[in-house]
Amino acid sequence: MTGIDLKRFHRTFFEESFEGVDAMEAALLRLDPAAADAETINGIFRAAHSIKGGAGTFGFTDVARFTHVLETLLDAVRSGKHQLSVDDVDCLLRSTDVVRGLLKAAQDEAPADTVAADALASELSQRLSGQAPVKASASAAVAAPASSGWQIQFEPRPELFLSGNDPLRILRELLALGPHEVVCREQALPSLAEADPERCYLAWDIQLQAAVTRERVVECFAWVDEECRLEIQPLAAATPAAEAESVAAPPAAPAPAAAAVTAISSAKKPGEGGQEVKLDAASTIRVATGKIDAMINLVGELVITQAMLQQLAGRLDPVHNESLLQGLSLLDRNTRLLQEAVMSTRMLQVDAVFSRFPRLVRDLAGKLGKQVRLQLVGESTELDKTVIEKIADPLTHLVRNSLDHGLEDPDERQASGKEATGLLTLRAAHQGGHILIEVIDDGRGLNRQRILAKAAERGLPCDPGMSDADVWQLIFAPGFSTAAEVTEVSGRGVGMDVVKRNIQSLGGSVELSSETGRGTTVLIRLPLTLAILDGMSVAVGDEVYILPLSSVIESLQPQDSQVKSIAGQNTVLRVRNDYLPLIDLREWFGLPGDKRSPTEAIVVIVETEARKIALQIDDLVGQQQVVIKSLDRNYRRVRGVSGATILGDGRVSLILDVAAIVRHFGQAIAA
Amino acid sequence: MSIAASQKEAMKTATSEAPSEFLTFRLGEEEYGVDILKVQEIRGYDSVTRIPDAPDFIKGVINLRGTIVPVVDMRIKFRLGKAEYNEFTVMIILNVAGRVVGMVVDSVSDVMQLGAEQLRPAPEIAGALSTKFITGIGVLDERMLILVDIERLMSSQDMALLDASSQSLQ
Repeated sequence: MTGIDLKRFHRTFFEESFEGVDAMEAALLRLDPAAADAETINGIFRAAHSIKGGAGTFGFTDVARFTHVLETLLDAVRSGKHQLSVDDVDCLLRSTDVVRGLLKAAQDEAPADTVAADALASELSQRLSGQAPVKASASAAVAAPASSGWQIQFEPRPELFLSGNDPLRILRELLALGPHEVVCREQALPSLAEADPERCYLAWDIQLQAAVTRERVVECFAWVDEECRLEIQPLAAATPAAEAESVAAPPAAPAPAAAAVTAISSAKKPGEGGQEVKLDAASTIRVATGKIDAMINLVGELVITQAMLQQLAGRLDPVHNESLLQGLSLLDRNTRLLQEAVMSTRMLQVDAVFSRFPRLVRDLAGKLGKQVRLQLVGESTELDKTVIEKIADPLTHLVRNSLDHGLEDPDERQASGKEATGLLTLRAAHQGGHILIEVIDDGRGLNRQRILAKAAERGLPCDPGMSDADVWQLIFAPGFSTAAEVTEVSGRGVGMDVVKRNIQSLGGSVELSSETGRGTTVLIRLPLTLAILDGMSVAVGDEVYILPLSSVIESLQPQDSQVKSIAGQNTVLRVRNDYLPLIDLREWFGLPGDKRSPTEAIVVIVETEARKIALQIDDLVGQQQVVIKSLDRNYRRVRGVSGATILGDGRVSLILDVAAIVRHFGQAIAA
Repeated sequence: MSIAASQKEAMKTATSEAPSEFLTFRLGEEEYGVDILKVQEIRGYDSVTRIPDAPDFIKGVINLRGTIVPVVDMRIKFRLGKAEYNEFTVMIILNVAGRVVGMVVDSVSDVMQLGAEQLRPAPEIAGALSTKFITGIGVLDERMLILVDIERLMSSQDMALLDASSQSLQ
């Protein structure tokens, strides 16, 4: 096919192939080998077949070759010639990982890991011909000879820290295995001013001179195997026969866990039947997100213009201008409907995030030797695309925590009268203008005493009389961890504060509730979209500012008796039993005009990061939904201001960053 | 001239190194010129929203058809003329370094096309407007036009328009 540049079609091929692999994986997880549903098997077969065909056309021979073997096995299963076993399903799941890896390598035009692919391909062929394959998934008595050492290249992805992982601990564990030489690659490290402390810029080349198995090395990276580029080569030439080992995926589960691995159930509301609500491929269309963003911008402008017209119309005589006012009211309604419709184009089902968990829970439970049933509720709840992308890492961390710390192992559970199989539920639901996502486990619950003890040890402010809710909040402090030992899975104390901060940066909040012996629930509250904010507009001098409604607790006109001063300079306000620092926003913003006494002004109590503060303003203007506009696109970031919006009369109004004001005020006091 | 020839002529002017078309404006008694290609539009001055912590020459931000645009008053920055704001106040909206910025001036004059014989090199000066921001001097009869590299000026640190981390030119 000379003269035709096929590269244009590559993108579509990759998009569809990755989707196909995801579909295969989901179907495999749902599959019950004893009662293999013909339609499901067919679906898996068709997915593999398409990928093979496409790969062949575009010349991705590695992919084509591997999927051919996969397809052959699947064909035998669907025609009844081969009986599917639990181990076969395991092997097929590992194959989907390999296909993904090969596709990614083809997409990046990088060399593929053919070693792993060939090993798995031969295992698939062996299963097909009915031989007991040279199984590497037996327990530790693996026949792979240990090499005299390993050359390891470890390149974490920049977002590694966001899932609560720390390369330092991984390296420590790895290097404890034996004598080593480590070289750190720091070319990607920018200057200190530009570096984002939450991104990983480093990579390492490690020479480990230790007679350990490849599995042992891979085990150290098990926690981050999807979030880094890892290459492990033997230092001495390993014999080819040893390549019957399994792929660089999480290491072999110990034998008892093979039995423990789980059934996943997707709890559907009764009446929905067992079929997933999947959109018919013919009725969807792919659109670049840039186009949708542009459309949202324009609709935002339309809403502002329409609000302006509405405001002008308010001054007209209703009797003389009846038809005009009617027209405007119709315009108002239509604009609102248009806005909702456009916003909904960017909404994705939360299933996009939930769908990764069946596999993760299955693998992790196996590794930990626990029995877990995962229940997904409300996965068709819709969320804005950007929110979905950013919630994935925090959710993953919470799920891992539940599995590692929350849920007990089967013996312990039975000893306390529970079922051996623990239940982990992920639930999403709409509530008002928010989305609620819950991670619920029926494990041992949070240990109040241990948390208080640990907090005291770390010097965090706490006292034995604190309410449960406050005690649970202590977990979010940086560096906190009550895990008795830092396991490979969690307990490093890096995670929870990052989780909370990520959720807060989305404009959301996270709460914990727990009952000893019964379980723990993590409740995440998120706004439906990032571009719109529920705001309270307040007047200070000539200016109007917007306070995010989610941080406003109450507003009041203080009485003389409530206003006190400290050291003659700082003013505090007594609200019920608390004394809150009082900030005069007119003074803060350097606006002209005389200082008003708090008793003649209005005070708004705001709360952020569990700290309350009182802001003195001149007037409450109203409450409205505002479209957030970026201030730092053309200007720079301003302290205390998180963005701007355009009011109905065309004026610009600054949106206050309450957390920053509180923080700055705290610093000013400390100084 | 034939179409092809006039197109070639236009291309030659467009792709020549130094800008030759300038928008001229006054600050106090002095006349300045900026590359016309950097000018987006000219508008009046109204309802500027103040920004906290900004230097005195940054008046605030305005709403330019939905985009938030900062406004600087060069009369204050260079301490020229009287910074009055009335219905005759004029603002030049510039598109420099990928950002949109508004600049308040005393008045705006014509767009001038300056040929090579009308251009003189920049004199060595320091102060608020140092030589590195001046591309040259334009001579028109008795008038002296100070030709400013507006992109460089707006990106410079003491204009305080950019974050420290996004300083591109200095």
